[in-house]
Amino acid sequence: MTYKYFPHTSSDLQAMMEKSGVKSLDDLYAQIPESIRYRGDYNIPSEMSEQEVREVFAKLGSQNQELTCFAGFGVYDHYTPSVIPSLLQRSEFLTSYTPYQAEISQGTLHYIFEYQSMMTELTGMDISNASMYDGSTATAEAMLMSVAAGKKANKVLVSAGMNPKTREVLDTYALHQDIELVTIPLKDGATDLSALTSQLSTLEGVAGVMVQQPNVYGIVEDFSGFADACHEKKALFIVNSVAADLAVLKTPREWDADIAVGDGQSLGIPMLFGGPYVGYMCCTEKLIRKMPGRIVGMTKDNRGQRAFVLTLQAREQHIRRQKATSNICSNQSLMALFVTMYLSLLGKKGMREAAQLSYAGAHYLCDELVKTGKFHLAYDKPFFNEFYVKYDGDVDALYQRFIQEGFLGGVKFDGGLLFAVTEKRTKEEIDNLVKIAAL
Amino acid sequence: MNNKLYGNLIFELSKEGRRGYSLPRNNFGNYEIPASMQRAEEAQLPECDELTVVRHYTNLSNNNFGVDTGFYPLGSCTMKYNPKINEEMAASSKFQSLHPEQPANTTRGALALVSLLERSLCELTGLAHFTFKPYAGAHGELTGLMIIDNYHRLRGDMQRKKVVVPDSAHGTNPASAAVCGLEIVEVKSLADGTVDFDDLQRIVAEQGTEIAAMMMTNPNTLGLFETRIPEIARLIHGCGGLMYYDGANLNPMLGACRPGDMGFDVMHINLHKTFSTPHGGGGPGAGPVGVREGLQECFPVVSPYHGNFGVMMRAYAYILSLGREHVKEVGPLAVLNANYIKESLKDLYELPIDTICCHEFVFDGLKDKSTGVTTMDVAKRLLDYGYHAPTIYFPLLFHESLMIEPTENESKETLDAFIAVMRQIAEEARMNPEVVKSAPLTTPIGRVDDVLAAKHPVTTYRQLLADA
Repeated sequence: MTYKYFPHTSSDLQAMMEKSGVKSLDDLYAQIPESIRYRGDYNIPSEMSEQEVREVFAKLGSQNQELTCFAGFGVYDHYTPSVIPSLLQRSEFLTSYTPYQAEISQGTLHYIFEYQSMMTELTGMDISNASMYDGSTATAEAMLMSVAAGKKANKVLVSAGMNPKTREVLDTYALHQDIELVTIPLKDGATDLSALTSQLSTLEGVAGVMVQQPNVYGIVEDFSGFADACHEKKALFIVNSVAADLAVLKTPREWDADIAVGDGQSLGIPMLFGGPYVGYMCCTEKLIRKMPGRIVGMTKDNRGQRAFVLTLQAREQHIRRQKATSNICSNQSLMALFVTMYLSLLGKKGMREAAQLSYAGAHYLCDELVKTGKFHLAYDKPFFNEFYVKYDGDVDALYQRFIQEGFLGGVKFDGGLLFAVTEKRTKEEIDNLVKIAAL
Repeated sequence: MNNKLYGNLIFELSKEGRRGYSLPRNNFGNYEIPASMQRAEEAQLPECDELTVVRHYTNLSNNNFGVDTGFYPLGSCTMKYNPKINEEMAASSKFQSLHPEQPANTTRGALALVSLLERSLCELTGLAHFTFKPYAGAHGELTGLMIIDNYHRLRGDMQRKKVVVPDSAHGTNPASAAVCGLEIVEVKSLADGTVDFDDLQRIVAEQGTEIAAMMMTNPNTLGLFETRIPEIARLIHGCGGLMYYDGANLNPMLGACRPGDMGFDVMHINLHKTFSTPHGGGGPGAGPVGVREGLQECFPVVSPYHGNFGVMMRAYAYILSLGREHVKEVGPLAVLNANYIKESLKDLYELPIDTICCHEFVFDGLKDKSTGVTTMDVAKRLLDYGYHAPTIYFPLLFHESLMIEPTENESKETLDAFIAVMRQIAEEARMNPEVVKSAPLTTPIGRVDDVLAAKHPVTTYRQLLADA
C-alpha cells in the first residue's frame, strides 16, 4: 500500500499491527457495527500523478476568462509585491498551527503583534484582534459585540450604504440571535443623519449603529455628529471601511467610532474568486474584554527576554464555552501575515502614494466617461477610488461589450455601474475602456 | 532567538526615507485627494527597504515550528503533511485574478472545481449537498446549526432550541450553539468516555419536543468510536431532532465509515485537517457543510461568495492525488499510528481507557505522579527534543490530559524516535524532575509569563512605546 504520502512498508505494518494487538488493519475498526461500516469503493477519480493533477487544473483554469478588472464592491485588484507570495510559502509559517506553544511559535505571535499594531495605526483605534475570517463576518461579529455590550438592547441600525453582500451576512446572524436590524435610509447617496437621529429617539433598545466608508456607491461620507447621536442613546458606533483607504481617509477613530471593522483584502491580497481574505476588527480600550477572537500581547519569558503570547483568553470559546464572546476559534493568521508584509513594504509613504494613484485613476476614468456624454454620476458626492454612474443606454449590453473586449467593466447593480480603479490600472487600459464605453 | 539581530519588531527596523516598494508612474495629471477627506495624523507604518523586510520575516519564520519542521502530534488538530503540489495549484494565475463578481460564463473553470469538489465530498461522507461558504471549522458548526434552526423554523416547529452535546465536546460546540441562539443540554459520558445512552434517553424523554439537534464527533474527543451511534441517531430522529456531525475527527473514518451512513443529517468538514490544506498558523481554513437531501434549502448566507476558494483548490488537488485507491488508506494508517504509540507508552503514561483507539488517544499524565512532573512539563520538555507538544489539558475529563494524534503520514522511525523521547522524559521525571520542570531550555525563548500579559495588556507597538 505504499504511496508517496504514506511511509509504511509491509514490514512496518506487520510490526506495528503486532504491537497494536491486531491481525489486520480491518481489525482496528472491529468496534464499528458492520451495518454502518463502509465497504464500497468511493466513486471519486482514480489516483493521479502530479503531472496529471497539473493537467486537470490547467484545463479548469483555461475555462476561466482573465479580465482587466474595473470592479470593486468590496474586492479590489491591487498589486501583490513579489516578496509576499515568496515569504508566505515559508513552511514554518504555512504548516504551523495556532501558536499555543509560545516557545516555538514566536514567529507567528510576533507578526500578529505587528499586524495588530498596523491595524490600529490604520484605524486609529486602541486595540486590534489577531484578525477574523473576512470583512462581512467581522462586521457581523461587531454587531453581536454591540448587542452583548448593550444590556437588553437587541436592535442594530444599518446604513443603506452598507454593501448588500455584507448586509446579507448580517441578516443571517441577526435572524438566529433575534436581533432586529433596521435600515437607515440614504439621502443623496449618503447616510441620512436626521433619519438616524429620529430612529434613535423613537426606537427602544438600539445597541449599535453601523455605517460603511466609502459606502456601497463609493461615496466618502461625512459622519460628523453620528457618534454623538449614537452615544447619547448608549449605542455603539461601528464603522466598516476598506483597509487600504484608511492610509489616507479620516479614520474611524476620528469619527469617534467604538468599533472599526472591514476587510483587509485591499492590502494586496489576490481576488481569488472570493477568498481567502482577512477581516479586521479594532475597538476602543474600553471594549477590549468584549472583543471576539484571539489577541496577542507582549510579556517576558523566564530568561527575561521580550516575548509574545496569546492573551486575554478568558474571553474565548475553549475556556468560556457557551458564555464566550464568540464561537470563533482560528483567526486568518496567514492572511494577517500577508497584510503585515504588505504594509511593511509599502509603509507610511507607499500606502499614501498607492492611494493617490488609485484616486487619480478613478477620477480620470470618471471624467472621461462623463465626457462621452453617456454617463453621469448618480450622486454629486465626493468619492475615492470607486464611483457609481448611470448610463444613458442599455447597461446590460454595455457590460457584455466590456466582457467581450476583456474588461470587467464594474459591478452592475441598481441599474447603474460601480467602477473601481486601483494603482494597477494604467492610463492605456482606462482609455481603452472609455473607447468601448463611448461606442 | 538571536535577539540582538533578529528579535526586533519591524517598527524598530524602520528609518525615515527608506522604501520597500515601487509603483507605476502617475500619468493621470493633477488629481489631488482633497484635504477635507484626509486623516489628520499619518498612520505610523514602518519605512523599510525590501531586503530588511525579507530578512525580518525569514528570521521570524525561524522561530516557528511547522509540520515541515518536525513531528506535530497535536491531538484533535490533524497536523498532516500539506503537499507542495496543492500550493502550486492554488497559486495558478488563471484563478488568482478572478473577481468574485465576474459573470458565470467567465468563471466556468472555478465553478466546475466547486462542483467537482462537492461531488467528491458527498461521496466520501455519504451526504447529498455541500455549501462552501463557511470559512473555518467553527464557522461550519455555526452554519450547520443555522441550517438545523432554519429547518425547524420552516416547519413551524419554533420551540426546538436545544442542542444536546456530550460533556466531552470541543469548546466551539457550545459556543457555536450560543451564537446561533440555541441552548446547550449536556449529556453525560460513561467511564469509557462514550455517550451515556441512559442519560440521553432521559433527556429525550424529558425535553424531546424542544430538541433541535444532537451534536457530536465520532470518533469522539477521546478518539473512541461511539458504537451505539445508530441507536443514538434513531433516538434523536424519533423525537424530531437532527443529527450534527462535527467533522473535526473525520480523518480516521476515511476508508472505514461515512457520517451519512452513521445517521447524521448535517456535518462540517475541516478541509485543513482531513484534506491536507495548511493550518497557516491558525487559518485560513475552510469548513464546508454537507447535508442530507432536502436540507440544502436551509443553507444560510454566512459569507458573500464561495468561502475560502483557495483552500478548496488545495483540497481538490489532494483528493485527485490520492484518488479512490489511496483515500481509503488514510483512516487505517492514521489509526494504526495512534495505536502503535499508545501501546508503546501505556506502561509509563496513564491510559484511562485501555482499548483500541481511532486516530488519537488521551493519556492522563505520567503514571508515576509522585515526581510532581505535570503534563505541562512533559509538553515543554518535548520542545527541547525537537517535537511539537501534543494537545494538553483537553479534553477536560481528566486533570492531566495529553492528547496525541500522529496522522497517517508519519513513518515508524519517526514514531519510534518520539516514543523513545517520551520514555526518556518519563525517566528524567523520576531521576531529575527539575530538568523537566524547567523545560524548555533549547527553544528561542523560555516559558512565558501569561499573567503579566493579561494583567497589563500591551497589544500594539504604540502602547509598547508609551510604556517604555
